Amino acid sequence: MFKWSVLILIFGAFSFSQVFADEDTTAGIQEYRDLLDDVNPAELWIFSGEELWYRKAGPKNASLETCDLGKGPGVTVGAYVELPRFFFDAQKVMDLEQRLIYCRTLIQGFSRADVISYPFTKRGQETSEIEMLVAYIASESRGLHMNIPLMRIEEKRVYELGKQFFHFRAGSHDFGCITCHSGDNQRIRLQELPNFRNKDEASKSYGSWPAYRVSAGEVRTMQHRLYDCLRQQRFPEPIYGSDLMTALIMFLAKSADGGLYEAPGIKR
Amino acid sequence: MFKGNLLILTVLVGLSSWFNSPTVLAAEFNSPDLNDLLHGGLQSKGPVNFTKFFDQDSTQKFCSELKPVVSGDEAKRLMSDNLKGIKFLEDGAYIGDWARGELIAQSGKGLRFNDLENTKNGGNCYACHQIQKEELAHGTLGPSLYRYGEIRGYSDEVIRYTWTKIFNPQALLICSNMPRYGHNKILSISEMRDIMALLLDPESPVNQ
Repeated sequence: MFKWSVLILIFGAFSFSQVFADEDTTAGIQEYRDLLDDVNPAELWIFSGEELWYRKAGPKNASLETCDLGKGPGVTVGAYVELPRFFFDAQKVMDLEQRLIYCRTLIQGFSRADVISYPFTKRGQETSEIEMLVAYIASESRGLHMNIPLMRIEEKRVYELGKQFFHFRAGSHDFGCITCHSGDNQRIRLQELPNFRNKDEASKSYGSWPAYRVSAGEVRTMQHRLYDCLRQQRFPEPIYGSDLMTALIMFLAKSADGGLYEAPGIKR
Repeated sequence: MFKGNLLILTVLVGLSSWFNSPTVLAAEFNSPDLNDLLHGGLQSKGPVNFTKFFDQDSTQKFCSELKPVVSGDEAKRLMSDNLKGIKFLEDGAYIGDWARGELIAQSGKGLRFNDLENTKNGGNCYACHQIQKEELAHGTLGPSLYRYGEIRGYSDEVIRYTWTKIFNPQALLICSNMPRYGHNKILSISEMRDIMALLLDPESPVNQ
């Protein structure tokens, strides 16, 4: 509020009308989201993901029921809000998507190449199984709070690496995550940008992914969100399921620590 | 009873150190840094080359620090280095065509990994700035540029400042969020002149 009054003082009458135009636009987008909230299409992905979780598949003809997402084999409730985390069996920190790759190769016997070959659904083609599984697992944490205590050395280290990457500026445009996500009330075009230095905004943003993207007609995962951010940042192409992405997700998850988890939500 | 508790405690301590030890070993012998992660996590595609990306210049390195000291000596040195690289125009013809400038300001294309090598780069100015009043879909990361020339005037000083800001904003404000359009060859001299016209031609809709 203080910021607005200063702006109005400086720029006078014109800016005054501009402020209202901006608020109208933002309110319009919110209204559109609220309308869709009653009929969240992500429910279809969640339903299919649950089926996939229990369905026998792969060379070993096994379901994912013995997959340990951090809370014991087969426990899905509350798993997402505690990820990424360190896994003893793999001896490394994994986010949900890396952990699903691990389980599908080890338990179901798929090759890693097979599992990561189709992470994001392409327009007009079959739905990615990863997106369905992620939607299901994420939905099992709805209404819980993010819980990323960074108890282990490995987790702290991965968090620090993610933080460094968040601040890393390079490429043709000198961009980094920090360029767009370190100030309050900012937008690219009409898209509002969460400030990851602000716990409330970080929680609101992190707590809404994965999400049904109206523009894509698909549920998109956190890794897809980051893939698209890095594309716009003029960074090289992120490799799906890499430790770099896990580190960045760890930084974001910790920034949202304690926040309410409400995904899968709906996005533009 | 007391002995029993002690025994359990000993076993627990023993177990926890057994669980903990592999982590410590992993941290000591297999401790990747950000460079390792970048190499394993990003790959060249389309117009984006990983090797070139990874080779940050001194300004990028400085601005990637968690808290760069933007008022220190190194910051001043970097700003002066950036200033030295700016190409000023001998003929003084800084004002091109505002209508072409508007098209460049609207376009966000070019230099993304899904773009073609020969995609024409946009300036994507509207992503962050308000410029023409009629375009409502503008970002707010940068200041409003509406009435840019009307407010600041059209003096040589304003023209030179604006050219510097577009060519290399790091010369004026270290760790600015704005891309170095001239320094990094995102836009050509002629395209930057068109952006100049959008802001500083009295006939441009920006100044009406």
